Amino acid sequence: MLVGVVVLFAFHFGADWFTRRFHLPLSGPVLGMALLTVALALRGRTPDGLARVSNLLLKAMPLFFIPAGVGVMVLSEQFRAAWLPISAALLGSTLLAMATTAIVMKAVAKYLARPETKPAQSKSQQ
Amino acid sequence: MNYIWTTPLPGILVTVLAYALCVRLQRGARGHALANPVATAIVLLVVFLVVARIPYPTYFASARLLHFLLGPATVALAIPLARELPRLRQLLWPVGAGLLAGNLAAACSAIFLAKILGASRQVTLSLAPKSVTTPIAMGISEKISGLPSLTAVLVISTGVIGAVMGPWFLDRLGIVDPTVRGTAMGVSAHGLGTAAIYQESSEAGAFSGLAMGLSGLITALTLPVLVAMFGL
Repeated sequence: MLVGVVVLFAFHFGADWFTRRFHLPLSGPVLGMALLTVALALRGRTPDGLARVSNLLLKAMPLFFIPAGVGVMVLSEQFRAAWLPISAALLGSTLLAMATTAIVMKAVAKYLARPETKPAQSKSQQ
Repeated sequence: MNYIWTTPLPGILVTVLAYALCVRLQRGARGHALANPVATAIVLLVVFLVVARIPYPTYFASARLLHFLLGPATVALAIPLARELPRLRQLLWPVGAGLLAGNLAAACSAIFLAKILGASRQVTLSLAPKSVTTPIAMGISEKISGLPSLTAVLVISTGVIGAVMGPWFLDRLGIVDPTVRGTAMGVSAHGLGTAAIYQESSEAGAFSGLAMGLSGLITALTLPVLVAMFGL
């Protein structure tokens, strides 16, 4: 378990430092996630302790958003002045992005699956 | 302010307490997605802070440790992600196309809706990067001359909307595949959506984490171009 904590913090810290040092348009944790994924893929398997710490953190992850979320109580002037277009844009755009992603992903998967049922034959025949 | 509020004790206590109560509440509502515990806990805490006359910065300073854990938790998404890599390799094209289309839809629709509803240029620019994770969104907002502080609030609001409505909305659309559900949540509602969908399955959580990371990258690269195209 302790090794798991060290690994997560080390990747977080290293990636944070790297993004700041080179002014990358990425957040430290996101880069840390990418680097750790690569490291785990190269290593071939995930140590037990790391898997357990991660599962614990991920199960509790919604909780970690609450302190920042409560910040909506100090809405700025700009928000108050334009709350209607902002709310409409947030709701409409979030649902639209979600639907677009899901529908495009499904459609492409379907398109790729269709020729895959008889791909080698039809190609070799032509 | 009381001495006690300068320590992490009360902030963490009230936050965990509110969250635990709201998780119970959702169970009481038979797990209804609209009773999302993050959203209800935020409402509960706002009411508590207003009634108890505790300023937000005081509360946040005290609850900062919980906020800090977002970082390691995001890094921890690597574990389910590494487990899903073989699956991802099969789904490379569908995921890639979904990510591109979803990010474009998020940015264009936010700009378009804000514009036709009469939001100012600065508000519109602050809205544009709302679907990606907070630090990236604030960086983009600054670059395209929006207001990073306003963007931070809009990003969190987007995440709450996505986490609350997302699972229910995807059910309505008949999307059951966890890889598609996860990707859609990660694109539209970043970390909050990912945290919510991880509770459904670690597979969906893995795809959501991946979608969140890549969306940050895609939006950072494409948004400045889109903004120029919209003539903002």
